Amino acid sequence: MLEIKCPVCGVVGEEGDFHYGGEAHITRPASSDPENISDNEQRDYLFMRRNPKGLHFERWRCDRGCGKWFHAARDTVTNDFHGYYGITELPPVALMKQATGSWAQFFKDKLDGK
Amino acid sequence: MKYSIFSLARQALNYHKDWEKAWRSPDPKPEYDAIVIGAGGHGLATAYYMAKEHGMTNIAVIEKGWLGGGNTGRNTTIIRSNYLQDASIAIYDLAHKLYADLSQEFNYNIMFSPRGLLMLCQTQHELRGFQRTAHANRIAGLECEMIDRARVKQLVPIINDSDSARFPILGAYYQASGGTARHDGVAWGYARGADQMGVDIIQNCEVTDILRDGDQVVGVETSKGTIKSKKVAVVTAGHTSTIMEMAGLRMPIESVCLQAMVSEPIKPIINVVVMANTVHGYMSQSDKGELVIGGGADPYNNYAQRGSFSALEHTATALVETFPIISRLKMMRQWGGIVDMTGDRSPIISLTDVKGLYVNAGWGTGGFKSIPGSGFVFADTVANDRPHPIAQPFGLDRFSRGEFIDESVASGVAH
Repeated sequence: MLEIKCPVCGVVGEEGDFHYGGEAHITRPASSDPENISDNEQRDYLFMRRNPKGLHFERWRCDRGCGKWFHAARDTVTNDFHGYYGITELPPVALMKQATGSWAQFFKDKLDGK
Repeated sequence: MKYSIFSLARQALNYHKDWEKAWRSPDPKPEYDAIVIGAGGHGLATAYYMAKEHGMTNIAVIEKGWLGGGNTGRNTTIIRSNYLQDASIAIYDLAHKLYADLSQEFNYNIMFSPRGLLMLCQTQHELRGFQRTAHANRIAGLECEMIDRARVKQLVPIINDSDSARFPILGAYYQASGGTARHDGVAWGYARGADQMGVDIIQNCEVTDILRDGDQVVGVETSKGTIKSKKVAVVTAGHTSTIMEMAGLRMPIESVCLQAMVSEPIKPIINVVVMANTVHGYMSQSDKGELVIGGGADPYNNYAQRGSFSALEHTATALVETFPIISRLKMMRQWGGIVDMTGDRSPIISLTDVKGLYVNAGWGTGGFKSIPGSGFVFADTVANDRPHPIAQPFGLDRFSRGEFIDESVASGVAH
């Protein structure tokens, strides 16, 4: 059973009080350039998923509290939450530095100079 | 050693001291014609059919833990083939037909029990959905039928057929040839059969890297050293994403935990498999008398092989409502397996962008029933370096072309 804390309203609840929203930080390619999206880019957006065994960055919704979406960093092996942050934000630098595998690649240029 | 009543009698007189091991535990050779990663049902079946149908006996199956110790030993052993889409019907029906003869073929009892399987219709929507599936299945030549509530009650006397139930039984979709088999037996039978044909099954050997030379796969790095091969077949279910990442490939897969449980053993009360998809629960009774119970998967990505209590509570609630007689049963064991979910809830049997690297994954919550069919077509795919006709619709390219095999509506939670 996961115990989750909403960073927006501060309520602490079990996973049934929240809704899982899957992988974080996915951007829709067609939003910026709808005419020049290849089939593979659309496939990556819709179906390809980071599925790490370890630290994962994901979306949750505070279903039975304030109703807001937020981001969380959770280890998929231990199920420990390493931190929470806003739905429009990137993870705190310390969390980005903990990322491994494809998440580490994703955060690489965002960490430049930090 | 051939198993028979005579070998049993001979060993009994000898205090069972001379039974041979059912398979060897060899050290890996430096090089093989092909390597299968993952000694679950699908991986062992792949190796078995590569040796049997394609004469490839210089192959190895590499397993991180012990064979059949992942999802093969953790599922609820249900076998059926009544899927909606033609591509699914073809592969699950092939598997179902192969299952029927496996015990004889292996000389090893997999306890295949085609005892009948009911998928309850508890909403008008579900009733119409299964009617549609029933028509599709009849066109494909599958023997399945829609039955009414009275017939359901006749087949399953312990079911709650009350009008006042939260989700009253409106009927059921019945596959008389559906049923169960002993899951360990299936893995052990394939392992023994493959081993007898010369396949090396290497347990306690973790793959740590997939070696590439440009676009060609050349082997794997393992905890027992480097093993070379020009063909590597990945059959690692919930760990497919992590293994494929070693070869630099991303997969359209997310891994979640699916739990199951068994009750204390009781006298026979149910002799068919019942799936209640609207309320998320399914149940059958094992030969030992335990009720084997499964339900919906936990919603979040998970590699822990243990899920949340809330998912079990949800399943138990659904089944107590459907079968009030079980309300005071104690549950003996509960466990979780890491299942690999694709976007359209159909599997991936495919070549990849890396030459010599093949993948068989994405079986999600429904892998056990498909083991023989999956192994049969994947062995052909790997041996001939092109998709078997039945595997062809399940290629990775379907995600680019949008040509999905959408079973999530047809089968809902239960597989």
